[in-house]
Amino acid sequence: MASALINVPARARRGEVIEIKTLISHAMETGYRRSQLGARIPRDIIRLFVCTYNGTEVFRAELHPAIAANPFIVFSTVATESGTLAFHWTGDNGFSVTESARITVE
Amino acid sequence: MRRLWVLVGAASIAASAFAGEIPRSERRSGYDFMGRETRAMQDDDTANPGMLWVLEGESLWSRKSGAAARACADCHGDARTTMKGVAARHPSFDAALGRPVNLEQRINRCRTERQNAPPLASESRDLLALSAYVARQSRGMPIEVAIDQRTQPFLDAGRATFHRRQGQLNLACSQCHDDHWGRRLAGNVIPQAHPTGYPLYRLEWQSLGSLQRRLRNCLVGIRAEPYDYGAPELVDLELYLMWRARGMTIEAPAVRP
Repeated sequence: MASALINVPARARRGEVIEIKTLISHAMETGYRRSQLGARIPRDIIRLFVCTYNGTEVFRAELHPAIAANPFIVFSTVATESGTLAFHWTGDNGFSVTESARITVE
Repeated sequence: MRRLWVLVGAASIAASAFAGEIPRSERRSGYDFMGRETRAMQDDDTANPGMLWVLEGESLWSRKSGAAARACADCHGDARTTMKGVAARHPSFDAALGRPVNLEQRINRCRTERQNAPPLASESRDLLALSAYVARQSRGMPIEVAIDQRTQPFLDAGRATFHRRQGQLNLACSQCHDDHWGRRLAGNVIPQAHPTGYPLYRLEWQSLGSLQRRLRNCLVGIRAEPYDYGAPELVDLELYLMWRARGMTIEAPAVRP
């Protein structure tokens, strides 16, 4: 069950630098661990996180096995116009989650 | 006169038995021993990973389950009002079982008795999510477990466990958490062991976990055989710890290092 928490300021002034916080539920299984019987636990991680602002990509992060469970990604962007911020996480085993948030720029 | 001396004697024995108990004014939540970054993580609901479980618990709350096809919400309504303070008074006495049960056990009792559903496994994602959602509703409220004639023996048993040396290291809980709190054990500050934030997110676990998971961790740490999940000894210990933290504020779901 994937769930994500997004924190985007609801309103901002034009040209203001806004901070965006994202938190997503994911085990981030490294692929290096072994079970008690010695079998390797296959890798299951988020590979890519992309944020688009009204369709334009403003932030991208590649994730790797050393990143802890439930990745918390904080970044900033410049508030240019009112619209939608879309967040997209993709990963192993067909993992794909999309969330969005509205922002009003005055 | 003689009676007075007996009284004074009894009082001094009682005092010496619990001499190590932390005075009320000096009690600190584990929160106070954490670094600035970890505290910030707990304080911000959009940065606190425990909120992921709360979110999931919220959806489970209204999902129909079991042969009775009943959801938690069908009986209890809006958890934000009906579950307020519930986590602050658990473990609480269950008349049918004749002993105190903790929050997780209470949820599972509801499942088996009212929903005709199989109980959720200890530390399973669903049980943690539901208990986190319920505990979240008590945030900011003072801990207040009911101690009366029925629960007193269990409180005493929990207190005895807390003060009993056990394991290969031959340590009692109280030796660290009453006598040496604030000092360091292998680089980590020893907290006072007040269960104010359970179920909580431990960065070490990379997951949410219950108080019993934490207690079992400690037991393994002193190289004792840990009690099973749901064992009466653990519930008694939970009861004692909650009584010991009476009046302190619930901060569930907390974050700990």
